[in-house]
Amino acid sequence: MTQNASTHGRQQHYSVPQPAPWPIMGSAALLLMAIGGVFVMNGTRAGWASIGAGFLLLVYMMVRWFGDVIRESEGGKYGGWEDLSFRWGMSWFIFSEVMFFGAFFAALFWARVYSVPDLGSIESNALMWPGFAPRWPSAGPAFEEQFTPMAAWGIPAINTLLLLSSGVTVTLAHWALKENDRRQLVLFLALTVALGVLFIGLQAYEYGHAIRELNLKLSTGIYGSTFYMLTGFHGFHVTCGAIMLTVILVRCIRGHFTPDHHFGFEGVAWYWHFVDVVWLGLFIFVYWL
Amino acid sequence: MSAVIDHDHAHGHHDHHGGYGGIMRWITTTNHKDIGTLYLWFSFLMFGVGGIMAVVIRAELFSPGLQFVNPDFFNQLTTMHGLIMIFGAIMPAFVGFANWQIPMMIGAPDMAFARLNNWSFWLLPFAATLLALSFLMPGGAPGVGWTMYAPLTVQMGMGMDFTIFAVHLLGMSSILGAINIITTILNLRAPGMTLLRMPLFVWTWLITAYLLLAVMPVLAGAVTMTLTDRHFGTTFFNAAGGGDPVLYQHIFWFFGHPEVYVVALPAFGVISQVIPAFSRKPLFGYASMVYATSAIAILSFIVWAHHMYTTGIPVSGQLFFMYATILIAVPTGVKVFNWVATMWKGSLSFETPMLFALGFLFMFTLGGFTGLVLALVPVDIQLQDTYYVVAHFHYVMVAGALFAAFAGIYFWLPKWTGKMYDETLGKIHFWLTLVFLNMIFFVQHFLGLAGMPRRIPDYPLMFETWNKISSLGAFGMGLAQLLFLYIVVKCIRSGAPAPQKPWEGADSLEWTHLPTPVPYHSFETPPVLH
Repeated sequence: MTQNASTHGRQQHYSVPQPAPWPIMGSAALLLMAIGGVFVMNGTRAGWASIGAGFLLLVYMMVRWFGDVIRESEGGKYGGWEDLSFRWGMSWFIFSEVMFFGAFFAALFWARVYSVPDLGSIESNALMWPGFAPRWPSAGPAFEEQFTPMAAWGIPAINTLLLLSSGVTVTLAHWALKENDRRQLVLFLALTVALGVLFIGLQAYEYGHAIRELNLKLSTGIYGSTFYMLTGFHGFHVTCGAIMLTVILVRCIRGHFTPDHHFGFEGVAWYWHFVDVVWLGLFIFVYWL
Repeated sequence: MSAVIDHDHAHGHHDHHGGYGGIMRWITTTNHKDIGTLYLWFSFLMFGVGGIMAVVIRAELFSPGLQFVNPDFFNQLTTMHGLIMIFGAIMPAFVGFANWQIPMMIGAPDMAFARLNNWSFWLLPFAATLLALSFLMPGGAPGVGWTMYAPLTVQMGMGMDFTIFAVHLLGMSSILGAINIITTILNLRAPGMTLLRMPLFVWTWLITAYLLLAVMPVLAGAVTMTLTDRHFGTTFFNAAGGGDPVLYQHIFWFFGHPEVYVVALPAFGVISQVIPAFSRKPLFGYASMVYATSAIAILSFIVWAHHMYTTGIPVSGQLFFMYATILIAVPTGVKVFNWVATMWKGSLSFETPMLFALGFLFMFTLGGFTGLVLALVPVDIQLQDTYYVVAHFHYVMVAGALFAAFAGIYFWLPKWTGKMYDETLGKIHFWLTLVFLNMIFFVQHFLGLAGMPRRIPDYPLMFETWNKISSLGAFGMGLAQLLFLYIVVKCIRSGAPAPQKPWEGADSLEWTHLPTPVPYHSFETPPVLH
């Protein structure tokens, strides 16, 4: 190998990281959380200790692992070739997340198109559930309490506006970064985080309202199941996204990233747009239609 | 040349392992060859565990009546045998091949995300721990079948929850691995290694990785809904609350059918390397192989409900899924044709890898044909949940995927270890495996056609003869794999030194551009290809 690829005008060496103990630490953390989770769900409160220990270990692992990556990035280890890897990697990670949401959307559509209408069919009425009228929202034929479905044009509409605005502000921050206008970058990024936190706050308020005043709970039949699973899973993603944005904000304040080398920023921005788009799907199919 | 492969001390070509030694080398490694080795040994361990379960199952079925295990434990064994063999043995085996081979075959320095690669592997032993723990819980491991259908899953004990979390970890491992493989193939190819010059093994893994990305999250969603149905009062799979147990089956099989090709496509890839090498001819119809693999992958997303003909779906749905399923025979037929055409007028020799590849070719095709039989709605209504189905998918999984894995091991072992395995013992291993495999599974076709249901520990006297033959085959098959372990250990410890290219007809980069045994770091600078 005396010749190499220099004639192709491409970076020659791909940076392969040195051995690290972080991955197995992450696995151990997940194992602790899983074992603790099983015990808590089955009524053994001691499981909380295992969940807590696992969670702390997970946070420590992420701080150290991401810390290594940030140091490597700021130390100039990553050129255009590695950058392209990160772009492919993040894109396909987001694709897998879309498929994860797809499973829960499938449950929603299945309930609305097949299972609830079927339960109200003539055969079903005659054989199993007399008098069950199929309409959406439905908590199923055996659900006997009253509940009020969540209206679209209150907090959910405001939340839509908040998330869409945060998509704009994160783009403005990106433009500022590319212009090397650090003041505007920090300003718009902080605004994005604030909008995200506000969204989470309103979502939490809405849950409280739903549980106390609307009698809408996770156990409110298929409507409650799909409502809380979809919005809860999305809310979890927004929370992760907001934490990621906060890390990027701190890094921006510390002077990380340059106008032409900032995939950490872009990857988080992509993720933020992804939770934004998922929310639009939620707003339309869970709240509105 | 100076490499920037980023280790603590020296740089360049020596065989050092970064900053850690001993066991910590394996725990912290970011080297694709180390990680490939870990995958392969883990998969062999799980193959042993799942195999022992299979032997206990067959021991119970040796005679009618209940001998060794009670029906509940029997169900736990069939469930865990399926989960462990699919997620613990076969999938990790092919990811092990991917780790070893893809960077070497495309001229890359390592996998694109080397640390993440380590995590993809090290999630697996922890997931296996969760599965093992489920046996120790009150109520034992889940006895619901590997498909984990609702509403049975709602009735299980804590073991079910452990299994659900284990599936989450296994899914994470697969998704991270798939992202890594896609990025490596798309971004780390050496200059001149265009997509349509990649060895077919690399192509099959690229497509497999997309399948994994699309379906593993869906499985995670399915088991998550099972978990909330069990513990948090949701009613996704409960008709009383407006949900539907059939929904579970749809979501599961949307994962489950592509999963078959997750196992099969890398096997096709290995066979597509081995057959040309021992035919001393290039692969016949390379481009059509790529298209056929893609077509199989795409079709695999629209055939899932052929697992559900008797669940209760409209006739129009049955017809759609029947025709779509039969359509898969076309690209699969293209592949089988191309393998045979590669051998046509070739200069054939029959070393162990080629024997396993030929065994694959015959028996995988047989498994494909019984798949066509089962794809027909009226036939399947008779045969569903009988031993005919068991025979069918074991011809695909064992005679297909496992034979391809053996072919790949014997093919690449000289490259990896620098030493030759014992050819005579290899051939004995092949013939023993071939004979015992058919003893186990061929007779199960007759049992299924005669109406013996699967997942039942007892059966009427009329089924006894075939069951005895099948069980004897299983015991023999298990013993034959001890011979395999001996062959591998003997090769590593005292095999004769292997030349750079022990197989005359092999032509991918690991044979043509790298010494034997391959150095710890290969292609730190990309090779120049013409």
